[in-house]
Amino acid sequence: MSAVNPLLILILVPLVGAAFILIGSNARTTALIAAALNLFFALSLWAVYNQGGNGYQFVSSTPVIPSMGIAFTLGADGLSVLMLLLAALVTAAAVAVARTPDRNANWFYASLLFISAGGIGAFASIDLFFFYMFHELALIPTFLLIGIWGSGDRQAAAWKATIYLALGSFVLLLGLIGLYLIQPDGMRTFDLRAIIGLADAGLLPDGNWVYLLLLVGFGILVSLFPFHTWAPQAYASAPAPAAMLHAGVLKKFGLYGLIRIAGTVFPNEVTNGVILVPIPFYHDVALSLSNLLLVLLVGNILYVGYVTISQRKLDWMLGYSSVMHMGYIFLGFAALNVLSVTGASLMLFAHGLSIAALFALSGELRERTGTLDFAELGGFAKPMPAFGLLFGFAAFAAIGLPGFVGFAGELLVFFGAFVGGDSLMGAVNGKEIFQLNNFQIATICAVWGVVISAIYMLRAYRRIFFGPLNDRWAGLPEISGPARVAIVTLIVVMLVTGFLPRLLIKLIESASIWS
Amino acid sequence: MVMISALALEICVVCVGIFLLMADSFYVHADKRSLAYGGIFGLLVVFAMTFFVGPVPADYTGFYTNDDLGLFFKRFALLGTILTLVLSIEYAPVVERWIPGSKPGAGLGEFFILPVFTCAGLMWMASSADFVMIFCSLELVTISFYIQVAYMRKNAASLEAGTKYLILGALSTGFLVYGITWIYGMTGQTSLRGISMVLGFVPHASQTALLFGVGLVLVALGFKVAAAPFQFWVPDVYQGAPTPVTAFLSVGSKAAGFVVLMRVLGPFLAVPEIEAKLVAALQILAGLTLIYGNLAAMPQTNLKRLLGYSSIAHAGYLLVGVASVGSPTAGRAVVFYLLGYFLMTFLAFLVLIPVAKATGGDDIAHFNGLGRRAPGLALAMLISMLSLAGLPFTVGFLGKFFIFEAAMREQHYLLVAIGVVTVACGFYYYLKVVRAMYWQPAPADAPPIVVSPLTRFAAGLLAALILIIGIFPRPFLQLLP
Repeated sequence: MSAVNPLLILILVPLVGAAFILIGSNARTTALIAAALNLFFALSLWAVYNQGGNGYQFVSSTPVIPSMGIAFTLGADGLSVLMLLLAALVTAAAVAVARTPDRNANWFYASLLFISAGGIGAFASIDLFFFYMFHELALIPTFLLIGIWGSGDRQAAAWKATIYLALGSFVLLLGLIGLYLIQPDGMRTFDLRAIIGLADAGLLPDGNWVYLLLLVGFGILVSLFPFHTWAPQAYASAPAPAAMLHAGVLKKFGLYGLIRIAGTVFPNEVTNGVILVPIPFYHDVALSLSNLLLVLLVGNILYVGYVTISQRKLDWMLGYSSVMHMGYIFLGFAALNVLSVTGASLMLFAHGLSIAALFALSGELRERTGTLDFAELGGFAKPMPAFGLLFGFAAFAAIGLPGFVGFAGELLVFFGAFVGGDSLMGAVNGKEIFQLNNFQIATICAVWGVVISAIYMLRAYRRIFFGPLNDRWAGLPEISGPARVAIVTLIVVMLVTGFLPRLLIKLIESASIWS
Repeated sequence: MVMISALALEICVVCVGIFLLMADSFYVHADKRSLAYGGIFGLLVVFAMTFFVGPVPADYTGFYTNDDLGLFFKRFALLGTILTLVLSIEYAPVVERWIPGSKPGAGLGEFFILPVFTCAGLMWMASSADFVMIFCSLELVTISFYIQVAYMRKNAASLEAGTKYLILGALSTGFLVYGITWIYGMTGQTSLRGISMVLGFVPHASQTALLFGVGLVLVALGFKVAAAPFQFWVPDVYQGAPTPVTAFLSVGSKAAGFVVLMRVLGPFLAVPEIEAKLVAALQILAGLTLIYGNLAAMPQTNLKRLLGYSSIAHAGYLLVGVASVGSPTAGRAVVFYLLGYFLMTFLAFLVLIPVAKATGGDDIAHFNGLGRRAPGLALAMLISMLSLAGLPFTVGFLGKFFIFEAAMREQHYLLVAIGVVTVACGFYYYLKVVRAMYWQPAPADAPPIVVSPLTRFAAGLLAALILIIGIFPRPFLQLLP
């Protein structure tokens, strides 16, 4: 095939942009052009993508290590296209709101583009090896972005995040090697399509330890409780565009990977919803593993949720809230039925946009006030009404108010999870406590999480925008320029897809995660 | 096509060395640096010759083999020596300062010539198939290293390094000879092929004695490759030795050690009873080396010393590969790892020397603000450090990937777990250098950094290779034995 794979273009545009910036072209202009170009390409990809088809499209493959079945294989199905749209959208927004720093501006923008390329590359890869490698492309740019241009205790945050992520990614690597090694000798490959084929054919032996490694590895990257402590600190210290890209795009990599790999290769035997693919692991271990996951994700929602309420600074609060929301997506993944996984995929998209908008706004606020401590803020609705309105929209989107796409996602996750699990799961001595199985209990806890997120978001909103206005904030400038355009765009997308979630659900339905 | 006898390669290298020695004696007034250029040229010619090597004469095969592995490491040694000479040219002013002679440049000649002889030793080592041959070539390497380590004779650190290296090197030689004696006593053979033929018939009662001998050889080679608990000479020697010698020591000597290790263990691993015990010993060595190298590297503030500890850490990963010899992919993993280690270590030293020369020291703090003072050098160092840490899209990551894959195939789960934790430690100490270069501001009075075109070319080549092999390893994997 002589035509260039459109996915390759998506990956290369930010990389080439970064290279140009490092050579010396104007950093901000080049980055903006690259991001806008990529957004355009991503939208065209969506237009070209055949939603009636099943399986991967735009597939191209170049063998890299043939003896181990590693190839540079690109391809996109509905879920990938959704994530690519998210990545392109958030990248454009992040570059737009970025403030050119005084020193090393070229490294700043190049790092942003590298992170974007890493995320896009991961979402466009079918080969697990490259899927993994692309994600790592973002590690060092993040380290530099937080360490050089961060705020607060940025050095500690950068170290902690980098080492946590490095450890998590090597655990993940072991999981992927394990997934490779449990395949029958002679047929081993890193090509996800082939692995799913093997799983369908029942050729994968039980892989509980592989599943556990993948869960922990991806879990660290997604800040699954109790591996979440790096995330709030890193996001609080990171410059706004870096936090937007990392929380909005990169962190989705882990859940995307779980849905894509663990969801299809090791589907959960105990779900009584629509099971995706037959199961290669033992019933009792599967049961205990999915119970473990339920406990952890409830930890994400309730424990981290309460921690979020107690935060006194906006940046930390947003960092924790981004950790907390991962819990819902994990719930959707854990239940593994059509409803819940569709909901989880929608939430990947919705949360990426809402957290990006919130981090962008908090970055703008930091630029204006120099502090994000709730005690020092207040009454900002008077000098900056538009800012307040946008923040309100973003906060409601994060809570999952009807009308925003997050609501559709949460609803599907809750419905899906509530019918998840077999009827006696979690029964003690043959009797279910409260007449509910563990999935239902977890779902109830998760619904309570919505109340928690409403509490902290609304409290933050009240503390920042209402109340008496301190005199020193009287002349705060209104939000304007590219930042305003970017944030409005993010909110409009959330609203449109919130009223018409069918747009995205059609995409997800055409994904190759369904058997 | 004209074929060259395999033996001719080493002979040619020795001839290059002797020729340079003569040139040094007869052209007293010439710039000594021309010796290094001559050496580089001569070795490049020999490198070209390695592609036209014919089979080994039949009557030599008892002690000399020329398999793919040997040939690969000969090229490895040749390129390593060439890079060492490039480094030496850059480093020459520092050496001159520490050996004040009557004439300018006096005593500098041998600094460029000794690596050539070391190279011959390394090449012989790669082809040795007999314990006597292994011993002789190893000594050629080690003795020439004694001189090179202590070369800056007015520098206390260099002398201290030389003394330490001499004493511990002699000790390890003692272990090696003693071990060889025991093996010879039990088998009546010194050639590896002979040993492998006899090994099956060694009575069960003598196996303990045999294992004792192998254990002693393992200890001696443990010294050479800097495996814990035989690593304690490394930090001081690496820090004190002239920097090019440190680079050569950490790459050339280590690689040769691993080749010999793989060759020597070959026959013994074929016997199931011995194999189990040997693999256990190797696993313990690997685990200790990983933990010690990585943990001890973390608090270091001197880059040369840090690279010393990091070389211990990498020996640990390599030993994990050696301990997984049962897996069909282990041999290739070790060789690939060595190739990557070669590239990234030399690149680090290629950047270190000009920076240390300009700033007057090789602490990590001397790299402060390098990102803006010398963006090219900083980028090269960044690539080297990321590759050493094992970040994807670099050759260092692929090396670790292959090693872990082989180890998991052999179900060395504990080792793999240690390996993953130590990789995370590695990220910390390698990124310390990155932090210095990009986070920290440069001191106001920072002098400009001058880099010779040759060094710049070599560094660019190595950095490009690290990325190219890291992204598209296919053609290079086909080159591996």
